[in-house]
Amino acid sequence: MIETRGLRKSFRSRAGKETKTVDAVRGVNLEVAEGEIFGFLGPNGAGKTTTLRMLATLIEPDGGEATIAGADLRKDPAGVRRRIGYVPQGGSTWDDSTAREELVLQARLYGIGKADAERRATRALDAFQLTEYADRKCKTYSGGQRRRVEIALGIIHEPKIVFLDEPTTGLDPQSRAHMWDEIRRLRAEGMTVFITTHYLDEADALCDRIAIMDNGEVVAEGTPADLKREISGDVVLVGLDLSATPQAAELLDTEEYVNKLETADGGGLRLFVDDGATAIPQILRRLDHAGLDLRSIELHRPSLDDVFLTKTGRSLRES
Amino acid sequence: MKFAHDTWLIFRRQTQLLLRNPVWIFVGVFQPVMYLLLFAPLLKPALNAPTQAAAYKIFVPGLLVLLAIFGGLFQGFGLIAELRAGIIERSRVTPVSRLALLLGRSLRDVVSLLVQAVIITLLALLFDLRIFIGYLLLAYLMLALIALMTSAVSYGVALKVKSEDALAPLMNTVAQPVLLLSGILLPLTFAPGWLQGVAKWNPFSWAVDGVRALFAGDLSNAKVWQGLGIIAVLAVAGVVWAARQFARSVR
Repeated sequence: MIETRGLRKSFRSRAGKETKTVDAVRGVNLEVAEGEIFGFLGPNGAGKTTTLRMLATLIEPDGGEATIAGADLRKDPAGVRRRIGYVPQGGSTWDDSTAREELVLQARLYGIGKADAERRATRALDAFQLTEYADRKCKTYSGGQRRRVEIALGIIHEPKIVFLDEPTTGLDPQSRAHMWDEIRRLRAEGMTVFITTHYLDEADALCDRIAIMDNGEVVAEGTPADLKREISGDVVLVGLDLSATPQAAELLDTEEYVNKLETADGGGLRLFVDDGATAIPQILRRLDHAGLDLRSIELHRPSLDDVFLTKTGRSLRES
Repeated sequence: MKFAHDTWLIFRRQTQLLLRNPVWIFVGVFQPVMYLLLFAPLLKPALNAPTQAAAYKIFVPGLLVLLAIFGGLFQGFGLIAELRAGIIERSRVTPVSRLALLLGRSLRDVVSLLVQAVIITLLALLFDLRIFIGYLLLAYLMLALIALMTSAVSYGVALKVKSEDALAPLMNTVAQPVLLLSGILLPLTFAPGWLQGVAKWNPFSWAVDGVRALFAGDLSNAKVWQGLGIIAVLAVAGVVWAARQFARSVR
């Protein structure tokens, strides 16, 4: 759906008399498949928004190429515009107009006829649960409602791909969860969704695949699960009575899915495995078979922050 | 066709928003009316005009041109607010014509200026100003071209500077000499030679002279056509330049 090769952009900034060139994006290669939620994870200033804006034809790349839904970004930006939707970070609605008016206008800017535009607006209001507020001015909306209007605006022309720049920034937890559902719904409708985020949990819970970006470069790419597995696999904590621990250790040490085994002080085992989800049932079966009583079992997963830390030497929470 | 349609869409939305903000309309009409009521009475003695109507024939054209210049030049502020609200960006990802994004807005400014102009003209009629309707329409054409140019330039500059703090002093710096060197408030016939010489380089001075000639019923005055010609060329140049700013990829 999206393919980029060596996408670059630098900005010149003037501080006093000195002109500095800042390489905001230094050669990004990406492949985004149809129908997935693809996430760009990285700290502020990593170049996520700049890349997104290049893909959305808002700024011209200095170098590199991209094909978006079959249209060439450099040669056919108008073709790209027809195929994509874009929802900017800071909002995109007029205070004094209503959601319905905004939706109809946006549809008509895409060349959709009046009657059809009105039908689409009504359908979008319904889909985003905005019907109740449809004819009130946008300035009266809550943050979550307004963000929903903005996303509805971005997809009113039924694009193949929608770009969402930090879709949940500034929303309260409930609106955020609601927004995730909306984004998943877009995917269910067959749309490819490309989001940027600096929230680890969002990238983890929402995205099918992510690219971690730092300092203008993609430092890692894959499914959140793959990326975390790359780090160290999972840790399974097995709670056992002290008396049962040696026997359990002996049993499990020979299992092939266990990469490493440590005995915890005061009983219990710490198992390093590639994939906790498949290891746990096997562990349970093994212990049950030997008639050993289990007190607890816990799965500890490395977080995306661990991934970021390994790739960049910094924690995302700190940057 | 698509371009005309796009321009109409933008124009209609902008007009709708303007009408929703009644304070704006009030201010837009109130100020010129104050000039007309509180400043114009000084003019008969000051200009040594034989009648109040004669004084209005000199002052009203100047006032209208003044409104066209200032009304246009300060439109950029609204655009900066729209930039900040993300509306320009939202428009720019659609296939809408970039020229339409500009013209739809500038035409709204032209129409709102013409509404002001009509109100002022009607009021001036109460003070015995008389003008042939055909000449008045030509004068309005001149005003429309001025407003088109100044508002387009203001939008272009707004897109470049992107901040009210930069736009305000910039527009004031431009507007003040333009105002003083155009004989808007008082005709430059009173000016010393050097000042008249400098004013010759001010296109708005030609526009003011042209509109005054029309109000005086002097269609044969070369200033009318010269003024219209100069302003028309500048308006086209202003629109082309500003439309490029809309089309250009901005950060």
